[in-house]
Amino acid sequence: MSLHGGKDFVRHMPDSAQAFKKGRGVWKIIHIDPWLLLGLLILTTIGLTVLYSAGGGSGAIFKRQVAFFIIAYGAMFCFAQVPMGLLERGGKWLYVLGIVLLLMVLLMGVGAKGAQRWLSLGFIRFQPSEVLKLAMPLVVAAYLGRHVLPPKLKHIAVTLGIVAVPALLILKQPDLGTAILVSASGLIALFLSGLQWRYIGGSVLAVTAAAIPMWYFVMHEYQKVRVRTLLDPEADRLGAGWNIIQSKTAIGSGGLEGKGWTEGTQSQLDFLPESHTDFIIAVLAEEFGLKGVLILLVCYGLIIFRGLSIAWSANTHFGRLLAGSLTLTFFVYVFVNIGMVSGILPVVGVPLPLVSLGGTSLVTLMAGFGLLMAVATEPKKN
Amino acid sequence: MATRGKGNHFHIKNRSVERKLIRNRLLLAMAGVIFLLGILISRFYFLQVIEHDNFVTLSDRNRIQVRPVAPTRGLIYDRNGVLLADNRPTYRLSIIIERVDNIDTLFDDLRGLIAISQSDIDRFTKARRRGRAPYQAIPLKRDLTADEIAKISVNEYRLEGVEIEAELVRYYPYGELLAHTLGYVGRINERELKSFDEDTQKAYSGTYSIGKIGIEKYYEQELLGEVGSQFIETNAHGRALRVLSREDPAPGKDLHLHLDIELQRAAHDALAGWRGATVIIDVKTGGVLAMASTPSFDPNLFVTGISYKDYNALNRSKDLPLYNRTIQAQYPPGSTLKPILGLGGLETGVIDESTRIQDPGYYRLSEGDRLYRDWKKWGHGNQVDLHQAIRESCDTFFYELAVRLGIDLMHPIGSQFGLGSKTQIDVPNERKGLWPSRDWKRQRRKLPWYPGDSLNVSIGQGDVLATPLQLAVMTATFANRGIRHEPHLVSRMGDEVISKKPMSVMQASSVNWDYVNEAMAAVVHSPKGTAKKVAKDITYRMAGKTGTAQVIGIAQDEEYDRDKVAERNRDHALFVAFAPAEAPEVAIAVVIENGEHGSSAAAPVARALFDKWFALEAARAANESGNQPAQTDTSQHDTQPSADLTMEATL
Repeated sequence: MSLHGGKDFVRHMPDSAQAFKKGRGVWKIIHIDPWLLLGLLILTTIGLTVLYSAGGGSGAIFKRQVAFFIIAYGAMFCFAQVPMGLLERGGKWLYVLGIVLLLMVLLMGVGAKGAQRWLSLGFIRFQPSEVLKLAMPLVVAAYLGRHVLPPKLKHIAVTLGIVAVPALLILKQPDLGTAILVSASGLIALFLSGLQWRYIGGSVLAVTAAAIPMWYFVMHEYQKVRVRTLLDPEADRLGAGWNIIQSKTAIGSGGLEGKGWTEGTQSQLDFLPESHTDFIIAVLAEEFGLKGVLILLVCYGLIIFRGLSIAWSANTHFGRLLAGSLTLTFFVYVFVNIGMVSGILPVVGVPLPLVSLGGTSLVTLMAGFGLLMAVATEPKKN
Repeated sequence: MATRGKGNHFHIKNRSVERKLIRNRLLLAMAGVIFLLGILISRFYFLQVIEHDNFVTLSDRNRIQVRPVAPTRGLIYDRNGVLLADNRPTYRLSIIIERVDNIDTLFDDLRGLIAISQSDIDRFTKARRRGRAPYQAIPLKRDLTADEIAKISVNEYRLEGVEIEAELVRYYPYGELLAHTLGYVGRINERELKSFDEDTQKAYSGTYSIGKIGIEKYYEQELLGEVGSQFIETNAHGRALRVLSREDPAPGKDLHLHLDIELQRAAHDALAGWRGATVIIDVKTGGVLAMASTPSFDPNLFVTGISYKDYNALNRSKDLPLYNRTIQAQYPPGSTLKPILGLGGLETGVIDESTRIQDPGYYRLSEGDRLYRDWKKWGHGNQVDLHQAIRESCDTFFYELAVRLGIDLMHPIGSQFGLGSKTQIDVPNERKGLWPSRDWKRQRRKLPWYPGDSLNVSIGQGDVLATPLQLAVMTATFANRGIRHEPHLVSRMGDEVISKKPMSVMQASSVNWDYVNEAMAAVVHSPKGTAKKVAKDITYRMAGKTGTAQVIGIAQDEEYDRDKVAERNRDHALFVAFAPAEAPEVAIAVVIENGEHGSSAAAPVARALFDKWFALEAARAANESGNQPAQTDTSQHDTQPSADLTMEATL
C-alpha cells in the first residue's frame, strides 16, 4: 500500500553507522548481533551443564543436545542472512506451508503418547507446528506492519483469523503448549501494534462472561475434571499432581545454595519426572539453589532486554513487530515453563527454552533468534 | 486519539507516531517482563528459602526408607554344646509389587522358569493384602535351589520387580529326634498376625517365622532377638541404592539345654517301633536329660511351609506322630503309683512295716459286694507286707491300704508328688492329668465318693490320669526324698543360668523313705521282683516300679486274654525308675502304648537309658579329669552294688 514499502522516513548518510561504530562492522556483515549471541552462548552453557546432570551423568543425552545445538546455531546463522524484504514477503508462504503440513499431520501423522504431532519424512520425523512458530510472527508482523496502526477492527479480525486457524489445528493434535506459544506470538504482535485498550478489556470481559455459563451449563463433568486438574494439578496426586509435588520438592529442598551439581536426590533418584525435558528447571533449582535460578533468570532477562532493544531500534514496523513478537514469545516460553514447574501455572507441555532437551524446538528457537539478528543487522536504507 | 482519528480518516500512515506507539508498547512489555520475572523470583524465594525445611523433609522422606533388619534367632545347644537348632542361609524369591506391571504375567513368566505352586501364590496373595511399607518385598517362594537361583538370575532383566533375597532359616540337624521337644518354627500365620499388638508387630517386622511348638515357642521371646533397622536410600522405583545408616539387630539368646543328644538318641531308638514316650530327669535339678515321643516327624518340613500332602499324611496318621506324648498324652498310671501310696501309708501310720494281709487274688469291700481283682489270679499269699506288695505289685494289699487311708488322705500324698497339676515344664501345651478327690467328683461328676473309687485310685486306675512327664516328676521327687523340682529343659539362656526353687517338699521319716526305696530296688534286683529281667548284668542298683494300664474295661468275671484283644486295645506298659538306688541321680518314666507289660516292654527302655547315661557320665568324667576315656564302660557305680545285691535278695 505504501509507496515506501513500509520503511520509515529516516535518512542516513551512506555508511554513517559504520563510521560511528567501527568495531561492529564485521558483525553487520555476517548479520550477527554479538550481545544476543553472547547471551545465547551463556544460556547454552548453563543448559548443557544442567542437562548433563539431568541425564544422570550418561553422555548420550548430552551428546544429542550438543548435536542439536550445532544444528540450531547453524539455523540461526542461516536465518540471520535472509534479507528483510524476503522475510516480509515470504512469511505468508511459510504460513500456508505450515497450515498444509498441519492438515497432513491430522490426516497421516505419527502418534506418540496419545497425541499426533509428528510428520514422518521417511528419514526424519518433525513437528509441523514448529513451522508456525516462525511463520506466525512473520505473517502477522508483515500484515499489521502494512496497515495503519493501531489496527482497525477489520485488521484485528483478519489477524485473529490468521492466529485461530493454526491454533485450532494444533489444539486438535492435541498440543496445548504449542498452541499457546503459536497464538501468543500472533497476539503479542497484535498487542505491540497498538491494539486499543478497549478491545483488550472488552475481550477479557467477553471471555469471562462466556466461561461462566459454559462451566455451569455446557461442560460435562469429565471436562470439568480435566479443567480442574489443569488449574489445580496437586489435586491429582498420582497423575499431574505427582509431577508438581515432586518438582516443588526438588526446588524447595535445593534451598539457597543447592545440593551440588549431579547431587540432587530428587532428580538423580528419578523422583522428578521429565527431568531433562519440561521439568529441567527443577534440576537446576535443586542442584544450584536459588542462586542458580537467579543467574538463569538474569540471563533470560538480558536476552529479552536485548531482543526488545532490537525491536526498539528496528528500521521498520515489520522489523519492530517481528522482533518484539519473537522476543516476547520467548519470554512466554520461559514464564509458562517456570511458572508451571514451580506450581503457579497449570501444567501445559512447554519446554524451558535452550535448556530442556529438544530437537526441532531448539532449532526453531534458534532460527527465531536468527530472524531477530536479521532485524538487528538490517542495513539502514537512505 | 487524535492521531489515530487522523490516520483512519486519511489512510496515511504517520510513521513516527506509529513508531512511538510500538515503542510504548515495547516499554510496557519490558515492564511486564520485569514484573513477571519478579513473580517467578519471589515464587522461588518462597519455595527455596521460606519453605525450604519442609521440602527437605519431603525430599528425605521420598528417598529414605526405613527397612527392618531381622535379628538372628538364638541357637539351641545340648548340655555338651552340640548344636541342636541351627540357622541355615537360604535364598528366597521376593516380589516388589510397585515395580511390577502385571503380576499375573509375571507369575506366568516365573512358572516358565521354576516351579511355583498354587499355595505359594495363595500365601503371596494373603501377604500382599497385609499392611506393609511401600516397596517392601513380599516373599513368593522360599528355599530356592542353586539351579532355581541361576535360572532367575539369568532372566532377571525381564523379571522387573523380582528379587532374590538371602535369609537365615532354621535347621534342625537331628530332625525327628527332637521334633516334639525343640518344636519348630514356621511362617507367621494370619491368626498369629492378628493377635500381635503394635510392639509385637514391630518386633516381627523383618521376621517371617515364629516358634510354633516346643522350646521354640516357649522361648520365642528370648530366641527372637531385637529387630534392627536400616535407613536405605532408594530411587523412585524402590530400588535400594545404598545404606545410609544402620542400627544392628540384637541376636536372640542362645539356649543351652540339660538334654544330652546322645541320651536322646538312645531314648528315641529304644522306643523305635512303639507308640510311646519316655522322660529322664536329673533328680537334683529337675533338668530334663531326654524326652522322647514316638513316632515322631521331621520338624524341618514345617520351617519353610509344609505341603498340604505332607501335613495331611502326618495329621491323619493313626499313630499320631504330631502328638507330643510326653506332655500331652494322659495315661492311667497303673501300679506305678504304689510306692508313693505305700510311703503315704507308712507316714500316716495306717500301716507299718509289719502290716501283713492275706491275698486270695481278690478283694471284697463287704460281703456280697463286687470283687476287686488282683492281677495274679491266685493271689500273692497270706503274709503280704508292703515290701512284697511293691516288689510283686500286689493289688490286694493296696486295696486294703486304700480302705485304710480313704481318698482324703490319699489325695494330698499324690498332690505332693505333682499328680493332677501341671509340672510347669518349659514346653507349652502341657496337660495336667487327673488326680481325683472327693471335691472333684462332687463338682464334676455330681456324685459322692464311693469307697470303691479309692480302690481304683490305689492301683492307678479309674479316673486317675497322668502324663509321662508327671510320672517322671513323681519318681524324681521320690528319689529326691520329697523335694519336687520343676522339670525344665533350658539350663542357660545366653549368660543367664536358670535354676529353679523346689515346688514342694514332702516331709517323711528317712526310715520310711529307705523302706520304700529298698522295696523299689527289689522290683528290679530281687528274684521275685516284677522287673527282675532287666537286672541281668547290671552294674549299678536301680529302683523301679512296673505298671500296666488298661485300655478297655474288663468285666469282673472276665480275664484279660491277649489273643482276643485287638492290638490297639492291649494294655499300656509303664515303668518308672531311678538310679543309683542308694544315691539317686536320674529318674525315668516310660510308657509304651499297647506294650502290655511294664516289665517286658517298658523296663528294658529304662535300663538301656540308665546304662547309656552312666556310660556318658563316665566318659565325661574321664575326659574332665584328663584321663583316657573309659574303655570299659565303668563308672563309680559299678563296684558298689554287689554286696547290696545279696543283701537285697534276703529282703
